This record gives sequence, C-alpha cells and structure tokens, in this order.
Amino acid sequence: MSEILAHPGARPVEAAGVASLTKRHGPWLLALAVTLVLPWLFYDWSRARHSGFVVAMLSQMSMMAVFALSYNMQMGQAGLLSFGHAVFFGLGGYTTAHVLNAVKSGSFWLPTELVPLAGGVGGLVFAIIFGYVATKQRATAFAMITLGIGELVTACALMFKTFFGGEGGVSTNRVIGTSLFGLTYSPSIQVYYLIVAWTVISVALMLLLTRTALGRMANACRDNFERAQFVGYDPSMVRFFQFSLSGFFAGIAGALYALTYEIVTFDSVAGAMSANALLMTYIGGVGAFAGPVLGAVLIVLLQSWVSLLSNSWLVYVGLLFIVMVTFAPGGIAGILLMHGPIWRARRLGRLAGPYVRVLTPGVLAVAGFVLLVELCSFLTIGAAQGKSFKLSGITIDPQSLKPWLIGALLLVVGGLVLWREGRHFRRSWEAVMEEIKAAGRA
Amino acid sequence: MSEAAVRLTDVRKSFGPTPIIMGVSLDIDRGQRHAIIGPNGAGKTTLFNLISGRLPVSSGRIELDGQSIEGLPAHRINRMGLSRSFQITSIFPRMTVFENIRCGLLWSMGYRYSFWHLLSRERSLNAAAERLLADVNLESRRYLPAGLLSYAEQRALEIGITIAGGARTILLDEPTAGMSRSEANHAVALIRRVTEGKTLVMVEHDMSVVFDLADVVTVLVYGQVIASGPPAEIRANRAVQDAYLGAAAH
Repeated sequence: MSEILAHPGARPVEAAGVASLTKRHGPWLLALAVTLVLPWLFYDWSRARHSGFVVAMLSQMSMMAVFALSYNMQMGQAGLLSFGHAVFFGLGGYTTAHVLNAVKSGSFWLPTELVPLAGGVGGLVFAIIFGYVATKQRATAFAMITLGIGELVTACALMFKTFFGGEGGVSTNRVIGTSLFGLTYSPSIQVYYLIVAWTVISVALMLLLTRTALGRMANACRDNFERAQFVGYDPSMVRFFQFSLSGFFAGIAGALYALTYEIVTFDSVAGAMSANALLMTYIGGVGAFAGPVLGAVLIVLLQSWVSLLSNSWLVYVGLLFIVMVTFAPGGIAGILLMHGPIWRARRLGRLAGPYVRVLTPGVLAVAGFVLLVELCSFLTIGAAQGKSFKLSGITIDPQSLKPWLIGALLLVVGGLVLWREGRHFRRSWEAVMEEIKAAGRA
Repeated sequence: MSEAAVRLTDVRKSFGPTPIIMGVSLDIDRGQRHAIIGPNGAGKTTLFNLISGRLPVSSGRIELDGQSIEGLPAHRINRMGLSRSFQITSIFPRMTVFENIRCGLLWSMGYRYSFWHLLSRERSLNAAAERLLADVNLESRRYLPAGLLSYAEQRALEIGITIAGGARTILLDEPTAGMSRSEANHAVALIRRVTEGKTLVMVEHDMSVVFDLADVVTVLVYGQVIASGPPAEIRANRAVQDAYLGAAAH
C-alpha cells in the first residue's frame, strides 16, 4: 500500500504558480537550504575554520544520494535488482581521475566545474557496454549478470594497471586551475558546494526523467513487462535505456567521489560499494522518488558517526536492513508516507500515546542489544586494541557478569513488551484509519 | 493483396509432444466481429497467443493485413496494428488509471523511448488519453492506482489500453469472464462502441455475448476448426450442437 501511495502519479498535479511551486517542491527547497547552511552551523569562528568532519560527511551524503537515486532508477523504477551498480560509480571515478590528471598536465582543457560530466560520460559508456549484455534479461537472470559484471570489473581493476592503477588505485589532484569562477577547489568547502550543485542538477534530471515516456515505460515494464510488449514497447530496450542513463548518474556520483578524495581505488567498483547502493536505496524506500536520499543520509551518518563510536557499526547496519525489509518494506519514505492521510486529517495527535508506549520498550530493547554487542566487541576486538569500555564516565568490565545480565534483561523484557505493544499500536492505527475513512464518507 | 485482416494457413502448435493446435486455417475479414468459441482446452487462448506473437508457431503461416507475422516478437506485431487483451486481467497495477491509458498511447503517438519530452506538457497526448478515459468511463478513477480498481473496472481499463494504440485488429480474450450480467452488458456495449470500424476477434464463453456481438462464429474443438459461419448457422449446425452447445442452444 505504501508503495502505491508513494507513486508520483498517484497525486494529482495541477495548477502552476509560485505558491503551488513552493508547496509542491517545499521539501526539496527545505533540503537544499539545510544542505547549504549546515556547514556554517559547525563553523569554528575562533579559528576561522570549517569542521572537516562535518564537511566530509555532508559531501559523502550528497554524492551517495546521487548514487542511491541512480540505483533506484533500476531498482524502484524499472524493477531491476542489480548487484553490480558500483561498477559505474567506480568507472566514473576512474575516468574523472584520469581526466583531472590530463587537464593538469595540459593535454586538454576542461573547467573544473564540468569535470563531473566526464565521470558521467565514463559511467554512461560502460553502462552502454555492460547494459547491452545485462538488459537482455530481467529478474533473477539480470541480477546474476550484474553480479558477474561486478566481479569481473573488480578483478580487472587489479589486473589492468594502466587504467586502474592496481591495488594503489589512481591518485589525482583536483586543483587544476581551470575554474570558471576563479576558485581553487583546494578547500574542501569549495568542493562541497560544487558537489551540492551537481547533486541538485542530477536529482532534478532524474526526477524529470520519471515523467518522460522512458520513465513511465520503465514503471510499466516493472509492473507488467508482457503488457508493455502489447502496447508496442520492447521491454529489453526500455531496460537498456534506463540502465544506461542510470550508469550516467552513477558516474557523476563517482566523479564527485574522485574530486573529494583525490584517489580512486578498486574498492569503488567492488561488491561492498554495490551493496551500499542497495542498502541505502532499500532502507530509504524504493517506492518513493526521494526515498534513496533519506537512505543515503542515514547510512552515511551511521558510517561516519556511529563508526567513530563503535567497532560494530556494520552489525547495526545489517540489523537495520533486516528489520526494514521485514517490517517496513516501503523503507523510511514508506513509513513517512503512511502517515500522510493521518497528518492531513489532523489526527496525528491521536497516535502520540500509542507511539510513546511502543517506542519506550523499543528503545530499551535496542539499548540492551547494543550493550550486548558492545560487550562482545570489547571482549574480543577492544581487548586486542587495549581499549576499555566507558559509558558516560563509568568503566564497564566486560569480564564481569553484571553488564551482560543487564543487557540480556533489557533485550528480553524490552522485546516482550515491544511485541505486546506493537499489537496495541496496530489496533490504534487501524482505529484512526477507520475514523478517517468514516469521516471521508460523511 | 488479400481482403483478410488476419489469415491463418495450416497453423500448428505443440507443447513438447502434445499437439494443441492441429492445423487451423481461417480468414478473418476486415471490419468483422469474429468470435472463437469452443469447450475448455480447445486451444482458443493458445490460438490467440500464436496470432499475437506471445508464442511462436510450430508450423504454418499467419498474415496480418497480408504481411507474414509468424516468428515476429509481440511488440513488432503490435506496431503493425494488432492489439490484444488477456484472459487474466493484464494492466499496470501500481500506475494510475490515467498513466495506464497514456502508456497505451505512447508508442503509436511516436514517443518511442524518448527521455526528453515531459509528458505532462504534451497536449495532444494528454487530450487523447482524456478521450479514451471518457470512452471507458473511468474519468472519476483517474488518480487511483489501477490495482485498486474493481474487477469490472480493471477489465474496462484493459480494453482502454488495448484500443489506445489505434490498432486496426483487436483481440479480446474472454472480455466478460467473471462479470455479473449487468457488468457484462456494460462491457458488451463498451466493446461494440470502441471497436466500431475495426476488426474484432474474441474468445468468449458467454453465448449470449457471442450471439449478441459476433458477425461470424468459429468453433474450435481439440485444436481444429469444426465450423465457421454466421451465428444463426452455427446455432443450427448439428456437429457444433453435439460437440459443444448441447441442449443449451435450444
């Protein structure tokens, strides 16, 4: 149901004008404003410096949002599950690194601002080559072919040193002195704004793409490829075009990566990066256009922030993925959209009580789980690193029984109460929905 | 060349060792409303799948407006002016009713795989979609995901998608199956209206629909045509009565 609600065509699009523009694109404009302002909230005025951590994290979020959206052009919009999307991200990155080096050495001239386009073209070219093979098939066969392509390119990245630079990768320098605006792009804040600009362009283009004949027929082939044939379309051609364009945007994301880190290694084409695209997209929500953006923000937050706090952050990402797939297949966006009708009927307050009742045991169960995982981690990895487990100043000894008991107790009791309250919450939810329906009929 | 919209010449189809269609030759004239009837398992739907390119023929020849089409992929046959509906409703369930209809129009209006036209700005496309939406009486449902329509509405939508591309030959596979009497009457009126001036071929079990709508009835039994002619003639045909209609025809 959430997937259906989330479909862009499900909402009537009418009447232009500035008022309706801000109303329709309000969330996007707000997101843009936050993106532009956020680095300055962490600006260190006393030392006149940006927070390197925050700028790096925001840059990563931005490029990953483009990457995840490009993945969703296949997954959510065309119903194609790919296990090798990083190939186009990475190859876009490698292309960019070579282009930067070529411009730097004076082989040819390209403004720094347009360098991401080179990555996009790189991604596009390789997506045309590999897509020609992969898009002959759909469903499981398609997924297997993309897995094979991913492995193939990763292996090639270690073999063909001229293009991929072997294990060391290709290093580059983004300060090539060809800016149209006289910027050096040496400070990371300048690169950040370049990334934001390309993110805005890419997001806008991908959104518009969903409203073209190709975008709609991609949806149609996802829903019912056989029916698509009987309205004159060759589903494999629809897949091929959609796949190629998706590779273009993945390439742009890869270019932003190359500009940020100034090095591209085989990790950028490898399976873990492809899995990243899948995780971000699925957790964010495949059914709504903006879903993958939410997923990218959350996953990068976990990657850069939680990974500082804990060695076991990947355990949490994995668990989050399983929980989302099981309980919220529409992702974060699906959860938000489910609240739409209740919000519009101004009945969200009715759910406040049930939410407190369900979230409290939920938080306790999660705390218990985290405590147990961290105890395990400190018993093994932490001990080897010579770290001690400190929680708000109190040192916890993973060798003693007490913290383990507390963790287990929180997890078990919290879990049981959560299970009971979950059913109560469902009943409250259904009651509110019934009320709204009844009010709608009256 | 020939007068026939669809001409089958000794068409055969086997699934493994099992023959399903055993040498069907049939001419369907332009502008005719042609019903194919027969008991379950006679191969009616298989015959449709062969004509529309969903399945390849084992042997024989199929012509559409004089051009040979056997062996062509379904989308190519569709572009040559043949469109079909399915026995089990086949629509785009997660897209809105309006989008469903518009998808039916895209290829025939020349959009192909365009990713540079914003469809919301294409006036003649949207106007054509509006007209079709009105034709199938689904204007009030336009923003609803097609999967949430009632069964009869989904069937009507599928007819809308089927005729959208302006095909000259329309194949409908049991268009009134599973409908109540009044829904079926509505569907028949709709089919009559929207296939005006086109060639209509339909598989149908409901004899009142067949005799109401068809100009010519072909009876298929065990993969072979046992009779073909005007409804009155078929009704009176002894072999047909024995094989299929039984006492119900009288």
